[in-house]
Amino acid sequence: MSGAQLIAAALLAPALGAIGIALAGRWPNLREGVTLGSAAALFACVAGLLPTVLAGGRPQLFALEMLPGIALGFRVEPLGMLFALVASGLWIVNSLYSIGYMRGNDEPHQTRYYVCFALALAATMGIAFSANLLTLFVFYEMLTLVTWPLVTHHGDDEARAGGRTYLGYLLGTSIVLLLPAVVATWALAGTLEFTPGGILREAGLSGAAVGALLALYMFGLGKAALMPFHRWLPAAMVAPTPVSALLHAVAVVKAGVFAVVKVIVYVFGVEALAGVRASDWLPPVAGFTVLAASVLALRSDNLKRRLAYSTVSQLSYVVLAASVLVPLTVVGAVLHIAAHAVSKITLFFAAGAIATASGKTEVSQLDGIGRRMPWTMGAFTIGALSLVGIPPAAGFLSKWLMFQGAASAGHWTALAVLAASTLLNAAYFLPIVHAAFLREPRTGEPAHGEAPWTMVAALSITAALTLALPFAVAVPLGLARAVAGIAP
Amino acid sequence: MTFAQLPALEVVVPLVAAPLTLLLRRATPAWAIATAACAFSFVAALLLAADVAARGPISYALGSWAPPWGIEYRVDALSAFVLVLVSGIAAAVAPFAWKSVAAELPRDQAYLFYTMYCLCVAGLLGMTITGDAFNLFVFMEIASLSSYVLIALGRDRRALLASYQYLILGTIGATFFVIGVGLLYLMTGTLNLADMAARLPQVHGARPVLAALAFITVGVSLKLALFPLHLWLPNAYTYAPSAVTAFLAATATKVSVYVLLRFYFSVFGPRLVVEELPMPEILLALSIIAIVTASLVALWQADLKRLFAYSSVAQIGYITLGISMASRDGLTAAIVHLFNHGVTKGALFLLVGGIALRAGRAGFDRVRGLARAMPLTSMGIVIAGLSLIGVPGTAGFISKWYLVLGAIEAGRWWLAALVVATSLIAVAYVWRFVESAYLSAPAAATPKPGEPPALMLVPAWLLVAACVWFGLETSFTVEGARRAAALLLGAAP
Repeated sequence: MSGAQLIAAALLAPALGAIGIALAGRWPNLREGVTLGSAAALFACVAGLLPTVLAGGRPQLFALEMLPGIALGFRVEPLGMLFALVASGLWIVNSLYSIGYMRGNDEPHQTRYYVCFALALAATMGIAFSANLLTLFVFYEMLTLVTWPLVTHHGDDEARAGGRTYLGYLLGTSIVLLLPAVVATWALAGTLEFTPGGILREAGLSGAAVGALLALYMFGLGKAALMPFHRWLPAAMVAPTPVSALLHAVAVVKAGVFAVVKVIVYVFGVEALAGVRASDWLPPVAGFTVLAASVLALRSDNLKRRLAYSTVSQLSYVVLAASVLVPLTVVGAVLHIAAHAVSKITLFFAAGAIATASGKTEVSQLDGIGRRMPWTMGAFTIGALSLVGIPPAAGFLSKWLMFQGAASAGHWTALAVLAASTLLNAAYFLPIVHAAFLREPRTGEPAHGEAPWTMVAALSITAALTLALPFAVAVPLGLARAVAGIAP
Repeated sequence: MTFAQLPALEVVVPLVAAPLTLLLRRATPAWAIATAACAFSFVAALLLAADVAARGPISYALGSWAPPWGIEYRVDALSAFVLVLVSGIAAAVAPFAWKSVAAELPRDQAYLFYTMYCLCVAGLLGMTITGDAFNLFVFMEIASLSSYVLIALGRDRRALLASYQYLILGTIGATFFVIGVGLLYLMTGTLNLADMAARLPQVHGARPVLAALAFITVGVSLKLALFPLHLWLPNAYTYAPSAVTAFLAATATKVSVYVLLRFYFSVFGPRLVVEELPMPEILLALSIIAIVTASLVALWQADLKRLFAYSSVAQIGYITLGISMASRDGLTAAIVHLFNHGVTKGALFLLVGGIALRAGRAGFDRVRGLARAMPLTSMGIVIAGLSLIGVPGTAGFISKWYLVLGAIEAGRWWLAALVVATSLIAVAYVWRFVESAYLSAPAAATPKPGEPPALMLVPAWLLVAACVWFGLETSFTVEGARRAAALLLGAAP
């Protein structure tokens, strides 16, 4: 298939999958078969695009004329390629996990759940492949809307409140901040196409104006959860755990930081931004988010909440790294999108497995659980160590590049934040590992084993990926270098 | 050659259909004739629009009396665009009306509905197509009188009061309008709009001309429900039969906006209205108040029809806001929103009509847990609601885009901020429906509803699909609106 056909197929596979899932709703095994089939088909399409992109090709597809001069268009560049690979690959594993989780917990409305999940992946592909800001915006909003039913899945008051926070923050930031930013970019630059080197160069803006526009983008992309617009992410934890795992640790939040990197690299341009010093305010804001969210994670006893705050913190690593504006940190930022994805999804998978097998949701209840669920807690440990940044796990690699880049740029704020947050990461993750393996289980607790096998299989796969990523780093590194404009 | 008579047929066909339905005295054939007439008008409007786009404005001399002595029908970029909206909505509402009217009106009155419906369609199309000020007044009266009757047909007795309120205010509006037209005739000696525009500069700044502008502004503003002249609207939309609400909400106020645009920019001219008089400032202030207050009031309504009625007042505020910018982008926003909002509100009121049919009425107590019983209707309301908010990928987004663009290009960042911030109120009232329909358990006592019949659901969903289509592919709407805006500002199209 040609590039354009593969793009179309990648967008249609999950969308048609959603229809198939809805039609097969009455037969659960067939329905889950459709989910797995669409996930596999999607991954095949995305993987099919990879050789072309690695070779420097940029397959594209332009469809409808949305506004005069702005088409609904898709162009696969390295950053989008990496994001699409991560999201589509993990969807397969997550579907496996979902089957165990949804059946194991006797969740209601399973058909709706799988339909929305498939639609969320379709929206994610649209974001990853978007050729211009407007296309990105369309799919970005679609992602918010189709994940709302997943957040409010349980339909109770807590879910309703969580859903309101979720929608309020995400739609609010994108309508009030992002929309004017996009319109202003159009008015200033006369184009919205993502272009290496940026499109705002010619507009001749003052540093202050660029800074203000950048602020509209950075806070308007609420999915990146830059403080103070981060509260939606802990609120989204009312969703079933597979949703938290794939969407609120990978697809949705990564759509946010993906868009942040994309805007910095392809709209403003790294060099252009460094030239006017308009982004000097951004590293401190991102650094503050990194540290403050880590402290909040430390104070959360609820496991999913702790993981959510950890995600807020890790997302700002990407924003921080991108905003240091040297190629090496951009490479680190891009790699961290992949590294955090595999690590955090493992952690969420483990949290869901614990809840399914034992009903435990709080960190303080986890004493000795490693003996009952060795696979789950082993995977959890790998994910945790990766996010702390211990080799050879995936997180080490991206953190190393960020450190190196920040040091080479002499960016002491970023270095200090990275160092301090590493300690904080260790402080909120390692006690869990310690309690799980080294403390005695409390007496009088009912005995239980591992969660259903599909869940254990899924979390083992992602833990293995976390360990394997540094050894198969050529592909992501190649893509990341292409984003940063470094010759391979 | 066969198409030469199209401008006349556009209006004459529904106008002739009206007495035919009256003579038949039976609902089903009356419905068939009305539907066919509306469908014909829609096709004719599309052909006219295509012709205008290809070859420029069409001037049609009624009865071959050459303008300015005879009545001229004039189809240009703006009127062709509005004709497509009005006849398109009419053609979508007509099939819907069959079951809806049968359920809401007494059997022996149903045929009268179609008579009035055809008259109203003919009146609105006539207002749009005519190039003659007095003829415009006549069509305005035809459309108004028939809509008073249509509203009064509502089965709730409060419909009578609503109709009466509208009758009083609408008559004042029409009277003001005709006083304005009379003053203009006094000063220029002509009723042909183009001729009038050509002669007005000779009496530029004369007091009767200013008085005419004031009378026409107030008169038309009453008809288009500009704040604070909107008081007739919520009751009229709430108590009218569902099909009437959908049709009037999508078309009647929009045609009045068209008349305002026509008089401001084509007759009086931007020099007088925009540069010498503070009309933009007045419109801007009233629009902002309309958007903010009506959106907030909509938030607290207990009935979906009423909620969307107040939302209409707010959305008309966005249209007049675009007019107040008086720039190319601002007018494009106003004209494109006129169309997009017509389609969106048409879809919403048709779907709400389906709920009213199945659940008795469309109160929030009946909406609880509705998504399970009426999944297609609920999903349609959600999608059209997203268009009302202006979510990208829907028609409403295109309107917001041009409003924000117009504000930013004029350097008025605060106005751009206001436009986007008020969208959040729309999020709140649309999400009130979503939470109620999808997350609440159904109340025990409600009748067991199912989806409305296909004849109601299909037209509604066609409009829902249009909400999405015109958000993704805008060559018809945006190009049409830009040409119309260029025409109004006197630039080459």
